[in-house]
Formats: sequence, structure tokens, C-alpha cells
Amino acid sequence: MSLTLDQVRKVAKLARLEMTEADLGRMQTQLSAILDYVDQLQQLNTDGVEPLAHPLPVQNVFRPDEPRPSLPVAEALRNAPTRLGDYFGVPAVFDSDEPVSH
Amino acid sequence: MSLIEKTAAELLALQAAKQASAAEVADAFLAAVRDREPKLKSFMTVDEADVRKQAAAVDAKRAAGQPLGKLAGVPVAVKDVLCTKGMRTTCSSKILDGFVPPYDAHVVERLRAEDAVILGKTNMDEFAMGSSTENSAYQTSRNPWDVSRIPGGSSGGSAAAVAGCQAPLSLGTDTGGSIRQPAALCGIVGIKPTYGRVSRYGLIAFASSLDQVGPFTHDVTDCALMMEVVSGHDGRDSTSIDTPVPAYTKTLNDPIAGLRIGVPKEFFGEGLDSEVEGAVRAALMEYEKRGAKLVDVSLPHSPYALAAYYIVAPAEASSNLARFDGMHYGHRTKEKADLIATYSKSRGEGFGPEVQRRIMIGTYVLSSGYKDAYYVKALKVRRLVKKDYDEAFEKCDVVMGPTTPTAAFKAGEKSGDPLAMYLSDVYTVSCNLAGIPGVSIPCGFTKDKLPIGLQLLCPPFEEERMLRAARMYEAATDWHTRRPAV
Repeated sequence: MSLTLDQVRKVAKLARLEMTEADLGRMQTQLSAILDYVDQLQQLNTDGVEPLAHPLPVQNVFRPDEPRPSLPVAEALRNAPTRLGDYFGVPAVFDSDEPVSH
Repeated sequence: MSLIEKTAAELLALQAAKQASAAEVADAFLAAVRDREPKLKSFMTVDEADVRKQAAAVDAKRAAGQPLGKLAGVPVAVKDVLCTKGMRTTCSSKILDGFVPPYDAHVVERLRAEDAVILGKTNMDEFAMGSSTENSAYQTSRNPWDVSRIPGGSSGGSAAAVAGCQAPLSLGTDTGGSIRQPAALCGIVGIKPTYGRVSRYGLIAFASSLDQVGPFTHDVTDCALMMEVVSGHDGRDSTSIDTPVPAYTKTLNDPIAGLRIGVPKEFFGEGLDSEVEGAVRAALMEYEKRGAKLVDVSLPHSPYALAAYYIVAPAEASSNLARFDGMHYGHRTKEKADLIATYSKSRGEGFGPEVQRRIMIGTYVLSSGYKDAYYVKALKVRRLVKKDYDEAFEKCDVVMGPTTPTAAFKAGEKSGDPLAMYLSDVYTVSCNLAGIPGVSIPCGFTKDKLPIGLQLLCPPFEEERMLRAARMYEAATDWHTRRPAV
């Protein structure tokens, strides 16, 4: 199945991936080839087959509802690209030159 | 045989007999890392001072007469997808450059609890996506048997480290064959446990319903030992199964009388290299000589498994990797941008081509209008693949076949063709879709002196049977004793 460049551009937007035009073109060729390959599944009749999302019959597992120590603030912030005091610094959603805390 | 060529069991015996200290063992492997790293490029991070400190602590415990763990003083290399407290963990990706986890993965906790020495973090395909370790954002690892060739992937650094005698043991992860495939191409043992047998806590997720952590070792005895250490229930992983872990090392050398080996015809078709087929068939004959019975079985949906895998895995990856947005940790773009553009620019700059490709496939197959045609269809095929194995295991105790269609290929040979690369995993992915355990053991060499792997597959939670069956062959051969000249 061939993807158009517009379809690839849309998927990149949904995936939050900024790409150059050259990368989008390369992606169009490669994704189309991969989708052609996986299209062989359409040859199989799977009517009445239940989808299997997980190999084991897993179910939600609840912990006891008890308080436990949290990660200390300093540890949680250690890897932050930017910090504002005891908070993560993030870009502003609206026009602003200053980061805001999160 | 020098210290670095020994197995973990041999190193443990030497230390117990006071013929070598943990410090001497650590120094020997640190020297091997230094000497061989320019050729092999197995490691991302090694903190020599910390390694020596860990080894000294083991020696002090021994000197004080304190009880020691099962891996006391044995160095272990850890794939850089597993979190290590205080040591950078990159997934070989620019997007996690500089990330230092505040906690250890469950498997790393277990290694430390058994007095293992964490030697360092190994190179990998970025976010475990690949079959050659050429997708690392930092370096391409090399095969110790021929450094012009790839070690396999995505756990290529961990496999090369053991095969190249830079570490006696290592940990990798297997989502579609990423332990078994590099084990086969590097001539060592690599096991993918049953899904749920080993906790995924602290494993940076690629495809959550497929990923499993497992060891690389020189032989099956070390593999059994590592499985005893890393297996078991963990309440922090909701998919971790609370079932007893057998003492694998205790029963390992008990041969299995009347072993029934299922040989699937689908594993011996088009695309299988004749030398690989010859070695695998010779291994099956060796089993017959030792009393095993070969049984024809069919896995009729296995030709579709690779296509199903390359829908399911990217779908899960696109969801898992959404967390890498440059806000709380990792790479954030230096370009001035608003919030949404910051996400897109950070991810565009931070992820490499293969990761972007898989996120794109995953996003597409989960998007409105395509989910049923691709993702749900693949999940239905996944059920059929699992059913094939359920039916095969009614006729046999273990399924055997080649681990890979060819021996190790040249670096760069397939890097421009994603589909050709994906075919490297054609015999391994169905095991992950079905959630069953699999192991690759060495079973010969090509005329170019490249290793060949034999794959053994068993029903869920039958690792004990699988390891015993593997040991039966290993006890009759010497492939596992050979070491490359690096």
C-alpha cells in the first residue's frame, strides 16, 4: 500500500516528530514498502478469531492502598532539562519568552 | 585458559578456593574491556573505580566470613536499556543522553543482592529496535569472530562482551529475538524467558507485551545460574507472574529420557542458508543418537508471524515512546518554540531513523480508520500463532530449529533496507508473540568460521526442561568451549 506524502506528513504530526522534507520523502518510500509486506496478513481468514493482545491472561493488579515514601524532590528533578525552584521548567503554551513551572 | 576466558561457574570456584580474588577477576575483565573495546565497541559506560569498589566489597565480605551470594565477585555487563541507580542509562539514544536513573531495575537489584559486580552498560540498537546494533546513536558494535561483521541486535553489545571475553555474563532483552539472534551470531548461549518470568520493572519499555529480560553466557550451566538469580515475582510489575522458580542448576545435568523434539517444516524453507541448515540438522542427529525422537510438527501461521510482529511491536512502541517529550528528562531542543513544537523538535532531534520509522508505523496502524485493518488483524494472527505452538506441544516436548536464517552479515550490508534487516528475526519473533521461552545455543561454524545457533522452544514456564534439553546437546559437543581470537 503506497502512502502519499500528505499521509506521511499527517502521521508525523500525530506522532509529534518534526522531520525535514527529505526525511518525509524517505519515510514515504520505506513505510510504503513495510505496509506492502504486512499486507500479506490480509490473505488470512481470521473471521471468528479473538484478538490476542497479551500472551498471558494478565489482569490489573492492585497494590495495598497504603502510603509509601515518594522520590525526593531533588532526585525527581535531577534529570530535568530546566528547573524553576522545586519545579520542572517548561516552555510557555502562549506567547512568552520565559519558561513556566509545571 | 586465562581468567577472562572462563565461565562464571569456573570463576566462582576459583574464588571459593582462594585461587583468585574478586579484585583480580575485576581487574582482568577491566583490562579486557580496555584492550578490546577499540575493536568491539561493546560498552557504552564503564566506571572502573566503581567496579573495583564493588569487587573490594565482595572480597571484604569473604574475608569476614559473611555469607556470599550466588554470583559473588562475578562481573556482569548490563544492556543500556535497564536502569542502573547513579549510572547513566541511554538506550543508545540521543534522547536519553545524560539520563541518570534514581533507581535500579529489578534484575539489577537481584544481581547486586547476589554479590555480582556490575561491570558496565552495553551498546544496543536504539530503544532495542534492530537486528545488528548498527542503530545505536553512538557506535556500531562488532562481532568478536569477525570484526567486519555485526554481532546481531538489538543486544549486540551484551553478546559481543561475553563472546569477546570482556565479561563472563551479561543481560540483554528480547522483544522479537534480540537475545537469541545475537547469541547465535556470536556463538554463545542466550535465553528469552517465558513472558512474566522475569520482572520488567526498570526496563525502559519498547513493546510491553513482548519484551523480556534474559542472560547471555558462555554455556548452559551459567545460563541456569543466571536464570535462578533474575527470575521471580515482583509486585512492581503487574505482568510479573507469581509462580515458583525451579532450582535450574540442580537438575541441569539430568538427561531427558525419550525427549520428543518437534521439527517444524516452516523453519527449514526458503531463505535458510545451507550451512546453517546443515549444522542444525547435524545437531538434531546428535540428539537422536542420545535417544531423542524427532517428530514432524507444523506451525502453519509462522510465515505470517513476522508481519504481525511488525505491526504489534511498533504499535506498542509508538505508545511507550510518547513519554519522551523533552519535558521531565532527556534531550530538549535548543530551538525556541512553543510547547507542541518543543515536543516535535525534541523528538525529531532525539530519535534516530529506525525509532522514528517504527513510531510512524505504530502511529499509522493505530490511527482512525486503520486500527482494525492492521492492529486488530495482527492481534488475531497472534492468537493463531500461539494456537500453533499449543498444538505442537501436544506432540512434542521441545521445538527445535535454526535461530537465524544466516550467519553474521557484514556491517552496512542491510542497514539501508529495513525489510531485509527485519527478516533476520524470521525464526525468533513467533516465540515472543506466543509468550513462550526460547534459548539459542552454539551448534557449529560456517566455513568462514562464523558461529551458528540452534534454537529450542518450550511451553510457558518450562525453562527447566528447555535448559536440560540444551545441556544434553552441550554435554556431547565442544562448540561452547571455543573462544575467538580478538
